[in-house]
Amino acid sequence: MSDLLRVEDLHVDFATDAGQAPAVRGVSLSVAPGEVLALVGESGSGKTVTARSVLGLLPGTATVRGRVLLGDGTREPTEDVLTASAARLRALRGTHAAMVFQEPATALNPVLTISGQLTEGLRAHGRGGSRAERRALAVEWLGRVGIPDPAVRAGHYPHQLSGGQKQRAVIAMALALGTRLIVADEPTTALDVTVQAEILELLHRCRTDFGTAVLLITHNMGVVADLADRVAVMRAGRVVEQAPTRQLFAAPAHPYTRELLAAVPDFGTGVRERPAAAADGAPVVRAGRLVVEHPGRLGRRGFRAVDGVSFEIRPGEVLGLVGESGSGKTTIGRAIAGLTPVTSGELELFGAPLTRRRGSAGRIGYVFQDPATSFDPLLTIAESVAEPLVVHRRELGAKEIRARAGALLEAVQLPRGLADRYPHELSGGQRQRAALARALALRPTLLVADEPTSALDVSVQAKVLDLFTELQREFGFAALFVSHDLAVVERVADRVAVLHRGRIVEEGLTGLVLGSPRDDYTRRLVAALPVPDPVRQARRRRQASDVLEEGVAGA
Amino acid sequence: MTLLLVRRLPSRLRTGAGVQRAMLLTGAVLTGLFVLTAALGPLAAPYGHAQLREGADLFGSQQHPDGAHPLGTTIAGYDVLSRTIWGTRTALLIIVAALLLSVLPGTVLGLVSGYLGGRLDRLLVGLADALYAFPPLLLAIVVSIVISGGRSSLAGGLGAGACSVAVSFVPQYFRVVRAEVIRVKAEPFVDAARVIGTGPWRIMTRHVLRNSVRTLPLIFTINASEAILTLAGLGFLGFGIEPDSGAEWGYDLNRAVADVTSGIWWTALPPGLGIVLTVLGTTLLGEGLTDLADPRLRRRSGTPAAPTDGAGDDE
Repeated sequence: MSDLLRVEDLHVDFATDAGQAPAVRGVSLSVAPGEVLALVGESGSGKTVTARSVLGLLPGTATVRGRVLLGDGTREPTEDVLTASAARLRALRGTHAAMVFQEPATALNPVLTISGQLTEGLRAHGRGGSRAERRALAVEWLGRVGIPDPAVRAGHYPHQLSGGQKQRAVIAMALALGTRLIVADEPTTALDVTVQAEILELLHRCRTDFGTAVLLITHNMGVVADLADRVAVMRAGRVVEQAPTRQLFAAPAHPYTRELLAAVPDFGTGVRERPAAAADGAPVVRAGRLVVEHPGRLGRRGFRAVDGVSFEIRPGEVLGLVGESGSGKTTIGRAIAGLTPVTSGELELFGAPLTRRRGSAGRIGYVFQDPATSFDPLLTIAESVAEPLVVHRRELGAKEIRARAGALLEAVQLPRGLADRYPHELSGGQRQRAALARALALRPTLLVADEPTSALDVSVQAKVLDLFTELQREFGFAALFVSHDLAVVERVADRVAVLHRGRIVEEGLTGLVLGSPRDDYTRRLVAALPVPDPVRQARRRRQASDVLEEGVAGA
Repeated sequence: MTLLLVRRLPSRLRTGAGVQRAMLLTGAVLTGLFVLTAALGPLAAPYGHAQLREGADLFGSQQHPDGAHPLGTTIAGYDVLSRTIWGTRTALLIIVAALLLSVLPGTVLGLVSGYLGGRLDRLLVGLADALYAFPPLLLAIVVSIVISGGRSSLAGGLGAGACSVAVSFVPQYFRVVRAEVIRVKAEPFVDAARVIGTGPWRIMTRHVLRNSVRTLPLIFTINASEAILTLAGLGFLGFGIEPDSGAEWGYDLNRAVADVTSGIWWTALPPGLGIVLTVLGTTLLGEGLTDLADPRLRRRSGTPAAPTDGAGDDE
């Protein structure tokens, strides 16, 4: 059979205020029928731009050269998307190739029902005859992608579906048109890990049951190992290496690929060895039956984000708090920082209860998830890092404060020249280093880190995690490390607490909890995580499907 | 704050293309001319704004344009060109007064109301909504009577105009600043400041305020044209500034109404053009800045350029 998609020497440039910015520089790819090609790379590598050009979805500011040929798999692809007319492009979209977006919540129109959106595509391509037939077809496909009660669900609006179900509906839209190629742009990045596992399973079935090829755009090596047949690694607009998945993971040829693979935290191998933290001394934080409720609308009950949670953090210890979105892990961090009021229960900081009058302000360090927005855009990095000192240690004088800010930036290995730059002039990793420097400015004995690496690229994440560990050893602070990524937590935490719907379901030493979980939910969480090793992942997948099905049946 | 506008202009002129750029350029040139005329008024005008005679000779009433009076004289015997040039000063004064009276209270109230929220916020929002219901010109007439007892002095006219413009613009600044403050308040960098233990006043002034005033220059320009129009309206209705206390375009237009029917064009046209061009200039400047400030409205030319290798560095 012939290829479905062939990209030949694709160049894409964007017109910006600063002139032409090249995004893709000479990419050549091909996807055969029924094949899963993963396009991996870090942010800015041009992988999304390449994917969007397949469907002619580039904005008007883009200048494109090269050829993007689509075919139906029976003969050599001849239709060039880049030169196709608007009408022809509409016909190709949906039938030859369809797109699955990262954020299923925004890919569906909120004011149309699910069946309405599915039938719209069918009608546009003249499929399915009458209205009733089209609706029946939509319901049938919703059932095939694993949406329970498809006949009822078809009449629902997007907000009534969960994130995973929405993504299933989007995939159903693609499959219903009989598309031969699904272009999936980070299809699981916005989803929780257990839901991610279900969607990956569905994409697997797209290939095995329906023979659909997938062009998978992702930054997650675990997802690649789980799903892909072949991998193309992109960097700075070029494909640096293309190889079958197993070969790429076993023997990466290009130095960048090696670097990328080395940076990926490999779950199940990364339990760090470190001396047991000083167990003596009063706990830095002690929470007893802690409850945090977000107030509801007038006359409605509030939402209970944290529901009777008890834990302790001892001096010099790193407690990892893991859980999926909505489990209340960030809320606990914010409650300790005094950013969210506690509804009931006890929360003690350094042995004294946290009250409105004596909050935690100035006594703890806090690192936020997104380094891009956690700095005042109008202050330089040095000014931001000096801010805690200016507020609390004004008596030091401007000169001494500036010197200390410089020393802090040095401690987090930021070059001296960056001190007078503005946040937007720094890369994500540099900004997160600066955020660590700011959090440590007052030498706190407790640091709360809320998903500090989840907005970063994997190679940058590795460096920031190393820095975190190093600083923790040097300064000896205790830390609450909040993350959804088990592999990251495994690397940095001494103890782990697993949160599920506002409750701690399991707590203990990192190696024990993640290595041999006792709780059902923790087992599911661990089983759902794809590891960046195709051989091991294939084995895990077989075992995991049992655990996951059990969990789905139980939920 | 005007500084902000001036500082931003060159960068805005460089970006953008075609119609947008032309609009912005026209606006900038017209506004620049207006400010320049106001500043150099005494040098540029051949006579004083209330001057009726040269030596012992009266100028005479409704004289045709000639060498001594390039735009003729009015019915009262004033030199039209001089009155029009002096009028720019009055217009500039009203703009400055109206801006000061609207921007300062509007911004401070918006900042406090948005950041602190709660009962105070609800009260202020209610008040701002109530102020919208005031007809500005009627209010201006009332204020002018209160300030100067209906006699039209320079201070009385300016005060009345500025106050009534402020009443209708304080709520606008208030709303814009408050909305921005509420957005900025939720940004992680404000949380970061709170975790550090920064006091609310310092957070408001150092972190929130500076990040919330980006859109204000665009309201300045609308505010400025509204101020000129209100003063001109007052003058036209006879509540403005008497000719011997200041030159004001609205008053001159009022006195020129009868001239138009008797074929005398030179008394009505210059002050009218003064109003139109000044308002047009500030409005175009505002529109141009709005369009170019928003990257989605900013049109870029997607012309292919030579590939620049190594220009895009992703770290």
